[in-house]
Amino acid sequence: MEPQAVKLLAAGISMGLGAIGPGIGIGLLAGKALEAIGRNPEARNYITTNMILAIAFAEAIGIYALVIAIILIFT
Amino acid sequence: MIKVLGIVVVVAILAAAGYQVRSPRPEVIVPAEIIAHPFGFPLSNTFITAWITIAVLLTLFYFATGFNGSRMKLIPSGIQNFMEAAVGGLLDFVVGIAGEHNGRKFFPLVATIFLFIITNAWLGLLPGFGTIGPVSNVEHGNPRDFKEVNLGGLKLALILPGMPQPEAAKDDDSAVVAHPAKTPEGMINGVLVPALRPANTDLNTTLGLALIAMLFIQFWGIQANGPFSYGGRFLRVGEIFKGRIGFGLLDLYVGLLETIGEFAKIISFTFRLFGNMFAGEVLLLFIAWLVPFVGVLPFMGLELFVGFVQALVFAGLTLVFSTMAVASHGEEHAEHAESH
Repeated sequence: MEPQAVKLLAAGISMGLGAIGPGIGIGLLAGKALEAIGRNPEARNYITTNMILAIAFAEAIGIYALVIAIILIFT
Repeated sequence: MIKVLGIVVVVAILAAAGYQVRSPRPEVIVPAEIIAHPFGFPLSNTFITAWITIAVLLTLFYFATGFNGSRMKLIPSGIQNFMEAAVGGLLDFVVGIAGEHNGRKFFPLVATIFLFIITNAWLGLLPGFGTIGPVSNVEHGNPRDFKEVNLGGLKLALILPGMPQPEAAKDDDSAVVAHPAKTPEGMINGVLVPALRPANTDLNTTLGLALIAMLFIQFWGIQANGPFSYGGRFLRVGEIFKGRIGFGLLDLYVGLLETIGEFAKIISFTFRLFGNMFAGEVLLLFIAWLVPFVGVLPFMGLELFVGFVQALVFAGLTLVFSTMAVASHGEEHAEHAESH
């Protein structure tokens, strides 16, 4: 196959597979955080702050895949 | 019911109006474009934007404090009030995670990182970033035709809706063939090199921030624990000296993982910020091309939020890693001994 076609295919596969993990991870995180807030509404701010921090960790993995996909498409 | 109908009508009118002023197909260029060479130094457009950010922050703080307290009033108002709220909020955040003494030590770096990243991110959303710049014949990018307009000596090259788009880049040798059609009358051929580009979309900015953050984390760790105690976190030879070879080798392996982890943190800091900001910029450009007026609004909101969250995450992670580095290594050993 032509290199350009393989590059585009690789970009699609990389982003598609790379989004599975962070999607599940962030869903689990948010679920547990909401559960914790439900049990203890007083700690709402503390739980939310830490949840955002942890979600950024998980999201970063998806962003790595996105960077690879963008580099593949545009160079 | 009337309200819903009204909203639908307004959105439809905006969409129709937006189609008249639609953007051209975006050109995505990953490295920052060099636009000048003063004294032989390659000046990129992100460098200029970073300096604009610094100027904005300095101006805000000057009008809030006067740099030596000369403009500060006892009862704050206006900009001083706003900056006091911002700095106070940041201090509460930092002290909340790191404790009172360590928090005050870490505060300058963490707050500076936060303010720098968030100002960079939000400035990049203003009009003019990525869209205004000189048209030149550079190597990368697809040349296109711009409509030339002469305003009494000021020569402008415009892209108007409905003008032909450049063809997508081809990887084979056909690109080497000379430009097929002659440039029509009144048009300029070339590539738009934006004069301003958000600083966070440059890998150099994010790498620089990550390196500074990690250097400070190591420095504070060594300052608080002493070089041998802090180094003992990475080179764990305590167990081998005590004679337990099995656990000793395991501990050495754990130390190796810690070392790799420190370098991985640099990479992860860099690419987390770069990926979020760069992908956000590309997303905005493409949405502006696909759904001109209406589609951009929710994504602008998303970009505002993402800029804030990424600044918070970068600063917050620097803070958390500093707190972990400063925490005494001896506590970990006490837990370790208890569990055996």
